[in-house]
Amino acid sequence: MNKHQASVLIRHEVGLHARPSVKLTKLAKAFDSRIDLGLSPDGPWVDAKSIVKVMATKVPKDSTIYFRAEGSDAKAALEALVTLVDGDFQDGR
Amino acid sequence: MGPLVRLAAVRQDTSQHRSVTEEHQALVDALVDSQQALALLACETADAEAEAILSFQIALLEDENLAAPAFARIAGGEAASRAWSAAIDPEIASYEEATDPYFRARASDLRDLRDRVLRHLAGEADQSVPSGVIVAADDMPPSLFLATDWRDGGLVLRRGSPSSHVAILARSRGVPMIVGVDVDHLGEGKEALLDGDAGIIVVDPDAGMREIYRQRHAEQSKLRQAAASFGGPAFTARGERVRVMINVTGLPELRDIDPAEVDGIGLMRTEFLFQGRENLPTEEEQYQIYKRMLEWADGRPVTIRTLDAGGDKPIAGLTQSHDINPFLGVRGVRLSLRHLDVFRAQLRALARAAVVGNLKVMIPMVTVPEELDRCRALFEEVLAALRREGRQAQMPPLGMMVEVPAAALTIEDFNADFLSIGSNDLIQYVVAASRDEPQLADLARPSRAVFGLIGHVVKYADGSGREVSLCGDLAGDPEQVAALLDQGLRTFSVARGALGPVKAAIARYAGAAA
Repeated sequence: MNKHQASVLIRHEVGLHARPSVKLTKLAKAFDSRIDLGLSPDGPWVDAKSIVKVMATKVPKDSTIYFRAEGSDAKAALEALVTLVDGDFQDGR
Repeated sequence: MGPLVRLAAVRQDTSQHRSVTEEHQALVDALVDSQQALALLACETADAEAEAILSFQIALLEDENLAAPAFARIAGGEAASRAWSAAIDPEIASYEEATDPYFRARASDLRDLRDRVLRHLAGEADQSVPSGVIVAADDMPPSLFLATDWRDGGLVLRRGSPSSHVAILARSRGVPMIVGVDVDHLGEGKEALLDGDAGIIVVDPDAGMREIYRQRHAEQSKLRQAAASFGGPAFTARGERVRVMINVTGLPELRDIDPAEVDGIGLMRTEFLFQGRENLPTEEEQYQIYKRMLEWADGRPVTIRTLDAGGDKPIAGLTQSHDINPFLGVRGVRLSLRHLDVFRAQLRALARAAVVGNLKVMIPMVTVPEELDRCRALFEEVLAALRREGRQAQMPPLGMMVEVPAAALTIEDFNADFLSIGSNDLIQYVVAASRDEPQLADLARPSRAVFGLIGHVVKYADGSGREVSLCGDLAGDPEQVAALLDQGLRTFSVARGALGPVKAAIARYAGAAA
C-alpha cells in the first residue's frame, strides 16, 4: 500500500483562508491519490480536495496541519502540498 | 454624494411544485449558470484581490460537497430553492459563529453565492446597481460590488466588518463605506452625503454642506489620481532622481506589491518576527524570511534592521519590564549586546542571507562608536564560524540608524557603511517630548533643530561617499518632502500607503539641483 503522512506549520497571516484554500485544494486535485487534511496526527480527517471541507476546518495561523495520502502518487502529492504551505502559498496558482 | 438606494433582499422562488427530476435539473442549471456568471465577472476584473474573491466563490461552486445536501433533499421531494437554502444556511451559520473575524467574514461570500443561485432558480436577472448611488443594505455581496461602477457612489451597510471581502475591495478602490448603520431608517431615494473617512452619513444635506463636500471630493480625487500615476521611479520637477523605498515588517506585506514600484526595502523591522510568540525565532526561520525578501526584491537593496526591541516594542522573555523610562532604557543595540545568543542567531541568519541578494544590515539606537564596532566584530566572528561549518555566508554592508542626537552630532566618528535617519526617535530625543503624548504634539513636530541635525548627517554622508536615507514617519509626510529635499536628502523610505503621495510631492519639487 502506498500510504504517506506529513505535517506542516501554517504561517499565513490569517491562517488557511480563502485564497490559500483555493490554492491548496486545486493542487490536491491535481493528484490521483486520495488526500486528507487533519488538525492532529490522528484526524479527524477531511477531503483535502474539497474547499467546502477545508475551509470548514477554519485552521488558524500558527497551527500545524497534517496530510495523509493514499495512492500511486501519494508521496509526490504530499511533497507538493507541504512545499505550498511552507512557502506561504506563494508558489503555483 | 448621491441618492440612497435600498438593496432588496432576494425573494424565495414561489413557483408551484415540479417533479423531482425537474427540481434536480433546475438546481443543476442554476449552479452552472451561476458559475458561468462568476467566471465572466472574473474575466472582467483586473486586480488580484477581486480575482481571489471570485475564484474562491467559483471553487466553492465546483465542489460537489457544497450542493450534495441540497440534491439529497430534492431527492426527498423538496423544491430546489428550499433545498438549496437548507443546504447553505448551516454553512453560513457556522462561519458566522467563528471566533476568528476573518472566517466570520466569509459568511458574506456564502450568502452571496446562495442568493445568486436562488435568483437563477427564480428566473430573476442578476442584481445590478446603477452608478453614482449610495447603496444602503444589510450586506453587500462581493460579486455585486465587483459588477458595480462605484464612481461617486458609496456603501452603507448594517452588517459587514473591516475584514469582509467587500471592505477590502472598497478600501483598495477608494469607495467610501460605513458599516454598522441602521439602514432601515435612512429612507429610499433621498439625497445623502457619505464620508467614509469620518464614518458619517448625512441624509438631506443643506446647500452649504453639499458645497463643502463637493470641494473635498474634488481634492481627494485629484490626490488619488496623483498617487495612482506614480508607479515608477521618482524624479523632481528638475529631473533629479530621488530613491523611494518601502518600510516593511514581514513577508505578507510584500505579496501585493510589485517590486518595480519601489527602489528597494529601506527598512525591514525584524522585531515583528519576535513579537506575539512563545519562542524566539530560530536562525533558520529568520534566514528563510530574509532570503525570501531578497528574492522578492530581485537585486534591489533590502535593508534589514537588527532587533529593535524595548522602548514601545517589548518582547516576552527578552526586554526588561522594570525599565524606569523604556525609551531611555535598554533597547535596540543596547539590548542586543546584552543578549548575545539572540543577537548571534540573527547575525548568522543575516550573514547567510547576504549571499542571496543585495542585503544591507543596520543597527538601531547606536549612541557611541564602540557599539557599532562591537557589532562589526561579532558579525566577523559569526562569519568565521559559518565558514568553518562549511556554510555559504558573507559580510553585508553594516550601517546604523541615526536616531540618538549624540550620534547625529558626532556622526563622523562612526565606522558605518551607510546611514539611515530614524526621525521618530530623533525628534522625541531632540525635543524631550514623547511622541505618544498628545498634549505635546506641537513640540514633537519637526523643528529647525531637527532639520539642522538631518542636514548635518546628510552633508557628512554626501561628503564621505556614504549612502543616507530617512525611514521615519517624516519621510512619508508629503508636506515635509520639500523640506527634506532642501536638506539634500535623496533617499526616502516610507510606508506603502505613502509611496504615491511622496512620489507626487517629489515630482512637484522644483528646488535644488544644478
